[in-house]
Amino acid sequence: MAVKSLAIAGMGAVSPAGWSVTDLERAVAAGSPLPNSLMDRPGWKTGLKVRRVPAPNTPVSWMKHARLRRSSPITRFATAAALEALGDRAEKVANGTLHVGIVYCVMAGCVNYSGRFYREVLVDPSTASPLVFPETVFNAPASHLAALLSTPVANYTLVGDDTAFLHGLAIAAGWLRESRMDACLVVGAEELDWLTGDASRLFDRRTATAEGAGAVLLESSEAGPQLAAITSPHPYLAAGNRSDAARAMQAELDSVAPGADRFDSGHAHGPGGGTAVRAVTGNAFNAATAWQVVLAGRAVQSGAAACARIGITGCNQAAMGAVLKTQSR
Amino acid sequence: MTALGIGWGPNAEGFRAGRNAFRPITAFDASRQRVKSAAEINLPAKPPATKLSPRQEARLDRAARQLIMAAAECWQGAGWESSATLPLVLGTTSGGMTLGEDYLKQAEARPHDRRRQPTRVSHYQCQRQALLLMDALGFTGPLTVIANACASGANAIGHAFELIRTGQSERALAGGFDGLSELVFAGFDSLQALSPTICRPFDSRRDGLGLGEGAAVLALESLYSASRRGAHILGELVGYGAATDVHHLTQPHPEGRAAVQSMQQACRVARVEPRQVGYVNAHGTGTPLNDAAEAAAINCWAGTDATKLSVSSTKGSIGHLLGAAGAVEAAVCLMALQGNWLPPSPATEQIDPCCQFDYVTSPRDARLDYALTNSFGFGGANASLIFRRWR
Repeated sequence: MAVKSLAIAGMGAVSPAGWSVTDLERAVAAGSPLPNSLMDRPGWKTGLKVRRVPAPNTPVSWMKHARLRRSSPITRFATAAALEALGDRAEKVANGTLHVGIVYCVMAGCVNYSGRFYREVLVDPSTASPLVFPETVFNAPASHLAALLSTPVANYTLVGDDTAFLHGLAIAAGWLRESRMDACLVVGAEELDWLTGDASRLFDRRTATAEGAGAVLLESSEAGPQLAAITSPHPYLAAGNRSDAARAMQAELDSVAPGADRFDSGHAHGPGGGTAVRAVTGNAFNAATAWQVVLAGRAVQSGAAACARIGITGCNQAAMGAVLKTQSR
Repeated sequence: MTALGIGWGPNAEGFRAGRNAFRPITAFDASRQRVKSAAEINLPAKPPATKLSPRQEARLDRAARQLIMAAAECWQGAGWESSATLPLVLGTTSGGMTLGEDYLKQAEARPHDRRRQPTRVSHYQCQRQALLLMDALGFTGPLTVIANACASGANAIGHAFELIRTGQSERALAGGFDGLSELVFAGFDSLQALSPTICRPFDSRRDGLGLGEGAAVLALESLYSASRRGAHILGELVGYGAATDVHHLTQPHPEGRAAVQSMQQACRVARVEPRQVGYVNAHGTGTPLNDAAEAAAINCWAGTDATKLSVSSTKGSIGHLLGAAGAVEAAVCLMALQGNWLPPSPATEQIDPCCQFDYVTSPRDARLDYALTNSFGFGGANASLIFRRWR
């Protein structure tokens, strides 16, 4: 799908490297995997290797908002990344002069609270906490973000593998083309719990599971990194396989962005100077895809790359890609 | 697919009569829950014949089986052939939650036993259930799963409608699904949102909702394409509106402001006035707060024409289907438009005075031109769809 004059007007990231895009950029530029920590896994002598988001360096005032006080880590990561992407525009959203939609993309969701609530149910349903249950719902973080920003505009929560964030970009692009809003936040977020770490380990023992969020603010503009293309999704059906889908996606990217700098979802730095973000940060599914888009956006914005391609080989749904280019002249 | 039956026929008959499909829960042990009944589907032992292998069939959980059964009926009725470019848009709140529950129980009880755990992890995720649906019917294309709580099914149909309306696709398969699960049931019970008596939407004595399960899938196609191939058209989807209520995570704004916005937006898209809409299938959960806010919203939206507007909630018959609710209730609107009847809410005996509209409590024939369905969810997700009678 070709998209015209849609620019990334803001970017945000919360990652194991810290609570900003700058922290993420520095860590990826350094190229060394961030340190693992061990998360307790009940019933095991050794813990699970994970990469957690560190505590924020400075107190964050918005965490005192009534809707966010008892929210889960995933809500806080998503909110912080979204606010960084919005920058000064947050005030305009709150006073109603800038209409901003939200597409929030997630795979595992609020696992901390879901696990905690279900354990309470198994012990005794009559004492399970009614405060925890609503936070387990997939769209709770998107709802909290909308409340914090006071934006009544369209708000979708998408569930899917690592490619959901790119679907989110496509939906936001569609909304902007229809002039349904002034701008749209696309947020990818995941949080850690031993359940996610344990489940991920069943499929990939080499990569540490991580957590965090990434966000981009998309708007109709010729200024800033342009969203030049989003490939078709190549789903993993019984008839095909993941490698075939990944090859088809890369071939599609080759045709629209030959020679572009690569920001692929591979876990190691690939041939041709590709930047494998997840080798540094660990794998945080939709948050990691968002980081790849953010870093590609930064590379284009800074002039380090005229064109950047993001290739995502999702874990269990599809392969999909996107292309960012420098602004048209 | 609802607890009223499997397929269009038994459901149309059940909705028209206002039959109640609640029964004691057998899907999980509900003995320690405050409420012990739900509108549970009596699932057949075998799913319908599709392109799934026996191994794939064995991996279907309760929710996925309902999804595939509904989609298979839809596919057959539409007369569609396999395609490489058919968008699939689904709404759900909990996908394969029962598999997630089993995963957690085994991971804690037998930490070193990995048997069946990879399959549970994979198929717990709703994108895998959706891919199985593609395999079952033999098509592929872009997959979007919207999880906007109880508005998910309506959002999914609305999003598919937009794909077609904006020329991004000629056809799309869209719907919603959710199966009963212990975690979600206990969640609503913990909030004291479940009725300990009977679900009575818009009754002044209403004391909560009843949970149900089900799935509905619609084959959406541009009118040009459907007419050209001589398709049997069930109705026309003409309007979709969505808005976000930022009042509270689980409670609607008392005046239902976002609900008004979503109904108004759907009308704008459909180019109809509220007075042209003959029937509203309300979200009508039966909770004190939802029904009061929705009644205020419908009164405001319909204005002086509210007294002429017929409204009912079918949740008294089949329960609240969460992510499937919007899709099933869209199908109810199509049934009503086609069959010339209004689905009643017989359990409602004392209509709340906040209802300025004509609340339907007994079976009634009516010829409608337009029907609107509302879906509201946790997190303030509000969505409305408008259907038009097909000539």
